[in-house]
Amino acid sequence: MDNLLERQPDGLYCAAGGFYIDPWNPVERAVITHAHADHLCPSSKRYLCTRAGEALLRARIGSEGLIEAVDYGASVTFDGVRVSLHPAGHIRGSAQIRLEYRGEIWVVSGDYKLDADSTCAPFDPVPCHTFVTESTFGLPIFRWLEPTEALAAINAWWRGNRQAGKASVLFAYPLGKAQRVLAGVDSSIGPIYTHGAVETFNRLYRDAGIALAATQYARSAPPKTDWTGALILAPPMAKTAPWLRRFGDFSTGLASGWMRIRGTRRRRSIDRGFVLSDHADWPALLTAIRSSGARRVWVTHGYRAQLARWLEESGLEAHAIDTQYEGERDDAELPSDEAEP
Amino acid sequence: MKAFADLYAALDETTKTNEKIAAMSSYFRSAPPADISWAVHFLIGRRPKRLIPTRELAAWAIEEAKIPEWLFGESYQAVGDLAETIALLLPPAQATSSRPLHEWVEQRLLPMRDWDDRARRESMIEAWREMSDRQRFAWNKLITGEFRVGVSQNLVVRALAEASGVDANVLAHRLMGDWQPTPDFATEILAKTTGDADVSRPYPFCLAYPLEGTVEELGPVHEWQIEWKWDGIRSQLIRRQWRTFLWSRGEELITDRFPELAAAGALLPEGTVLDGEVLPWKDGAPLPFTEMQRRIGRKELGSKILAEVPVVLMAFDLLEHGGQDARERSLEWRRAELERIVAAAGPESHLLASPLVEGASWEELQRTREEARSRGVEGFMLKRRGSPYRVGRRRGDWWKWKINPYSVDAVLIYAQPGSGRRASLFTDYTFGVWDQGELVPFAKAYSGLTDDEIRQVDAFVRNHTIEKFGPVRRLKPELVFELAFEAIQRSSRHRSGIAVRFPRIARWRTDKKAEDADTIETVRALLPPG
Ligand SMILES: [Zn+2]
Ligand SMILES: [Zn+2]
Repeated sequence: MDNLLERQPDGLYCAAGGFYIDPWNPVERAVITHAHADHLCPSSKRYLCTRAGEALLRARIGSEGLIEAVDYGASVTFDGVRVSLHPAGHIRGSAQIRLEYRGEIWVVSGDYKLDADSTCAPFDPVPCHTFVTESTFGLPIFRWLEPTEALAAINAWWRGNRQAGKASVLFAYPLGKAQRVLAGVDSSIGPIYTHGAVETFNRLYRDAGIALAATQYARSAPPKTDWTGALILAPPMAKTAPWLRRFGDFSTGLASGWMRIRGTRRRRSIDRGFVLSDHADWPALLTAIRSSGARRVWVTHGYRAQLARWLEESGLEAHAIDTQYEGERDDAELPSDEAEP
Repeated sequence: MKAFADLYAALDETTKTNEKIAAMSSYFRSAPPADISWAVHFLIGRRPKRLIPTRELAAWAIEEAKIPEWLFGESYQAVGDLAETIALLLPPAQATSSRPLHEWVEQRLLPMRDWDDRARRESMIEAWREMSDRQRFAWNKLITGEFRVGVSQNLVVRALAEASGVDANVLAHRLMGDWQPTPDFATEILAKTTGDADVSRPYPFCLAYPLEGTVEELGPVHEWQIEWKWDGIRSQLIRRQWRTFLWSRGEELITDRFPELAAAGALLPEGTVLDGEVLPWKDGAPLPFTEMQRRIGRKELGSKILAEVPVVLMAFDLLEHGGQDARERSLEWRRAELERIVAAAGPESHLLASPLVEGASWEELQRTREEARSRGVEGFMLKRRGSPYRVGRRRGDWWKWKINPYSVDAVLIYAQPGSGRRASLFTDYTFGVWDQGELVPFAKAYSGLTDDEIRQVDAFVRNHTIEKFGPVRRLKPELVFELAFEAIQRSSRHRSGIAVRFPRIARWRTDKKAEDADTIETVRALLPPG
């Protein structure tokens, strides 16, 4: 039997159903796992996503394009291919996409994590024949501590800076990571300010009823605001922006899975690295793959060759698939509309 | 061990001096004396030699982590540091250990030398199983002899002073020489008063900064004592209790390497410490430093090499006189006594007093400085009259006013990965200059680029490799860099026929194409005559 998905120049394509999953070029019909830029290309004609992810998707693609949103677990059929979306635990609205056609079941994970996150529905294992997994952190050196420990470390750093009369500038991916931090930090320590790129997504999370610590948009803070003791959340690319100068004496932190490695911590020349990721670590990747029950695995993202080889040697059929998904970037460029002057 | 591993991580996490000092002093305040001794020992860089070959350590970690060798290799590629790779990929600790640092060192680390492979392996695995990632990292670094922290001895001294209230100069002196990290040592160094009894103990060296800005900013020329800057082995010659000790700045006791100076010690008055440069010296002038390297390279010092490369101590300061610490005396006083002592030792003593250079104005001195290269010196040392002898590297009283280094535009032709934290990047470069249409390797340089530039060069290397030999990549000749170096001489061991000293990257000449780089003729023109 032919593969239900194939790797086409524009993305992963389901020929039987006539749609793409997370294409990197505009297409007729795109089924979207989540609203991160490497999984969501604007200007396609039609999109299918989760109801929880719809507002984020719309914010990212602009007013063009038709969006059809479905609840987690509900199914839609395209030319006999049954499509349903299931929680991936990555960011709000993120989904694994289940395809069923003539008894053959495939699941495309998108990005996922198994760790607790109050800002999105938890990862739900979906049994399948073929599992398409990510591998952003697909090496055994990547193993996360409990997210509560990372958040406690952020709180301790913030509190220490406050005592030392400094502001705390925390760089975090503006969609997902920033909100996860806001849902978890101890907001009694001090006021929290945000960069515009973060605030845009905060609004959408709050509109959806997700509890986040109160924040103020840093640019609309009155002149002569005293930033001492404040936490400022900004996207990693704001690191070199003149925008930062206003905060006076501050310490910098970065929340990212890459902070697990000392060399990357040092090369970013930030004061503190916090290991907090919205992607699965090595044990979680293996757990998710095992619990899918799949005999065949396609591996996308960064360490695809390594993870595929490991799976092969563990007795599964595994293929490394070259895609344009990038995984967790802590040095990503800001799209120009999100950059602060 | 937990507190020490946390300290190691804290020092690694910050580049700010104050935070480093705060982290250390809070450790010194709470750790037991037996731990403090070892911590100081390691912090000032007296790390143990490698106890286990990295290949074996990797093999044990692979077994313990239950992963194939290739996956360990991939992980190492991503991390770029063996000790860290092992710390990160081992399964989480099964127990937590509260064993203090000195127990780890004295019961696990030091005895390891005498154990067989099986015992070493068992000890390592047992250690890994009860350690957090952080502790494993520090432990692996100690075991592999690569324990390094970005703190100077000066900072350790300041932190000890902050924690104990003992004067920093006193502490600095107590940390010199050949002490053993016993619990008594910590108690002794942190005590308000002790009889500082070690006869061989040198003083902390006073180090000069390179001159910043113009020499005129230093004020009137008569406020300064001016000497040539000699390029030798900075050392202290100590005569106490009828014994002689020669200490290098790297705090090695090198008395045995220089029998001439061991003999010279006997000509000094009891209770004398001289500061100076050990120089290869013949017929009233220094020999090239490569001659000194040739001598140092010898295991046995035969009469031939002693005759070919004799040394002198070019003394320029007096730190102890008549058994009294003289460092707080003025420079003039110390200089006058130094001259008396050297004169009394006689012309055959292998002791010289560094000659003073006279000049009525900075302008005149600037002209005199041009002679530096032909005299075989690096430029001038400027020392403020009236100043005391300070501890460590300080701005203000001592400046090096070096002649401008040589520079050459060269093409990047080979690259290989660095070591340590740079192992995932290509940071070790070989540069070539043109010789009849061909690029000949001319110098290797590792330093001088910013992190950003290093990343750019790294990306270039990955996309412009013509050939691979093991870790070395031969590159498309495209990038041009200005290299600076301190000295140049003929060498039959180099393909270019030339050897340079302290080459470094002065800047990236993005404005130049490979064809614009210098030729071997231009470089040869820099060679001293002869
Ligand atoms: Zn994502
Ligand atoms: Zn992704």
